[in-house]
Amino acid sequence: MSTTTAVVTPPVTTAAGAPSPQGAPRRRSSLRKRLELLLLLAPASVLFVAFVFFPLVAAAYYSLFDWNGFGPLTRFVGFDNYAKALGDPLFQGAIGHNLFIVIASLVVQLPLSIALALLLNGKIRGRTGLRLLVFTPYVLSEAVTAVIWLSLLQPNGVVDGLLEGVGLGGVVQLWLADQNVVMFTLFAVITWKYIGFGIILFLAGLQGVPDELREAAQIDGATGWQTTRLIVLPLLGPTVRIWIFLSIIGSLQLFDLVWIMTLGGPAGASTTMASYLIDRGFRRYEFGFGSAVAIILFVFCFVFALFYQRFALRRDTQGALTGRVE
Amino acid sequence: MNTRSMRKHVAAGAVALLAVGALAGCSGDGSDSSDGTTTLTFWHNGTADPILSIWQDAVDEYEKANPDITIDVVPIQNEDFQTKIPLALSSDSPPDIYFNQGGGLLATQVQSGQVADITEYTSDWIGDLGAAAGNWAIDDVQYGVPYASQVVGFWYRTDLFAQAGITATPTTLDELNDTVDKLKAAGIAPIAVGGKDRWPDAFYYNTFAVRECGEDVLKKGLADADLSDECFTKAGQAVIDFIATEPFQEGFNGTPAQQGAGSSAGLVANGKAAMELQGTWDKSVMQGLTDTDLGPLLGWFPFPAVSGGDGDPSATLGGGDGFSCTQKHAEQCADFLKFLLSDDIQTKLVESEVVAIPVKEAASAAITDPVIKSVYEFNSEAAYVQTYFDIALPTGVGSALNDAVANLFSGKGTADSVAEAVKAAK
Repeated sequence: MSTTTAVVTPPVTTAAGAPSPQGAPRRRSSLRKRLELLLLLAPASVLFVAFVFFPLVAAAYYSLFDWNGFGPLTRFVGFDNYAKALGDPLFQGAIGHNLFIVIASLVVQLPLSIALALLLNGKIRGRTGLRLLVFTPYVLSEAVTAVIWLSLLQPNGVVDGLLEGVGLGGVVQLWLADQNVVMFTLFAVITWKYIGFGIILFLAGLQGVPDELREAAQIDGATGWQTTRLIVLPLLGPTVRIWIFLSIIGSLQLFDLVWIMTLGGPAGASTTMASYLIDRGFRRYEFGFGSAVAIILFVFCFVFALFYQRFALRRDTQGALTGRVE
Repeated sequence: MNTRSMRKHVAAGAVALLAVGALAGCSGDGSDSSDGTTTLTFWHNGTADPILSIWQDAVDEYEKANPDITIDVVPIQNEDFQTKIPLALSSDSPPDIYFNQGGGLLATQVQSGQVADITEYTSDWIGDLGAAAGNWAIDDVQYGVPYASQVVGFWYRTDLFAQAGITATPTTLDELNDTVDKLKAAGIAPIAVGGKDRWPDAFYYNTFAVRECGEDVLKKGLADADLSDECFTKAGQAVIDFIATEPFQEGFNGTPAQQGAGSSAGLVANGKAAMELQGTWDKSVMQGLTDTDLGPLLGWFPFPAVSGGDGDPSATLGGGDGFSCTQKHAEQCADFLKFLLSDDIQTKLVESEVVAIPVKEAASAAITDPVIKSVYEFNSEAAYVQTYFDIALPTGVGSALNDAVANLFSGKGTADSVAEAVKAAK
């Protein structure tokens, strides 16, 4: 999420440093304002520089060396690490796996969570309980989720038993051991974990759809489906755009689940950019190379975030829709 | 400014200062305090009992005998060592005493300039540790000491072997294949392997290489990270051929090695698979994954002989666990290690069965279990013990080797691909 912070920060600093053209009576208050800004922003800025900006610059520097993490940086290799990473079929595969998760999330999770949110927004019995139920997986940490599913998905394990129990023994696969299946398995677990987050987000979005509009549509003779399609969904736009943003960034950075459930295997069939980076950096002690991969991953996320902010989120941040609805 | 906003400013300033102070405070380390006591930081990987208490008791006892030394014990999960050590060794406050496994891994760490040469402090007693200590020395400079040795062999379920009508453990590869067939015929998964973690796969390639290659070729190949000799190709082919006989449990490429009942150790512990090629520590891992007393149910046999190979059939794959010191308090650290390797503590490690092969011969008297005793004797009589390839090689190359072998287990690669991966990672 550092990328979003990076994008938001510049305007704030500009505002703080803006010179005040006003006269003496104003100057005191502008000085005070500056002091306040300085005091309030200093802790966050110090943390940001120490834990986001500095590591980023350091990684960019390390990425130019062939370095195993021990001893001084002596073997300068320029952009060789970048060329090596981008030319490695395993890393190309990893980019492909990330894109698979990005696209599958948009195609499967988005409609699914909107549909479930619409369902849970209606007046049905046990609504609170159901909402709680779908949200529970999101509360679990990714590590816990991964450990649970790792044991459930072992051959002849709980999942296989359940499927056989309901007569679906034929669909049982080697969920984590088959190179052609493992990405789908991981995607199913990701969906299980994050669907609740989408639902809660869309439920909140639905609260922002004024009842008056629905009523007006009903009076005009719109059916339930027409109301949903023509009134509710368009007004859910800002929430959808935020969800897409979070989903894509999350998919690009996918790591914990993969690392615990498969270590990127078998034979690299579930390697993601982040798991490739940790594998090379910390398992092989290729810290220079790992840094180069980290920078590539950062550029991916950063460029996406910039473009998305510029083209998709602009109308939301400018309050085009949300402002009027209130 | 009125007093209220003044107070607000002061508070905000205090927060800012605290934040900065907290950052600066991150760099605490073991050091000498003004009252003459020295604090040593001790990182070990024994996060669970009994070894956790054994180390803690040893520290307590040592502190009592040496009032000027305080030891700060930090147990760290084994897998975390891999990420924490490089960071610690590139900082200016590394632990004074830390766990490692010697070999090429230690050699990689020595490049940091932080690992202490303790040759002079250990010269009086290093001889008591036997050949095992050699793995902690680089060019005759001692950079650490082992406290346990390990060998890799097959742990097997005596009850499942009996059920399949197997009366003797296999001594040749052909007999092993026969054993696998008999187990399959009896409906038992013959061999469990933790393919997800990759290093258990590598045990097969490593062991086949020990059988196919003569000692000199093997040692030279690993020292130069050059596996181009024909015997390594034969080892690669042997792995491929062995996998083709389908000896492993279902979905072995997704099976973790040591975590949970579904892991390869768990499968053997719970009678779901008959054997596993693993290190000596595996017995205690398996016992941790079941309530059944495995004592009478487990047996052990070495990796069988391979006909036509140049290797000595009594040679084995193995390694050890030990500790190294860093520069700042090298002398105190070495003195503590001497204490840690006393016959008394070695005996405790053996009695609790966390260590099957102690480095001090005197402690071997405490071995009571006949199976462990056979493992100990096998180790003593082995022609030589070849360190796990991933530890013997520099770390990057070792991991590349494991990955290449894991690819063979997934059906990717040829007899030469392990050697090629090693060459590429060199």
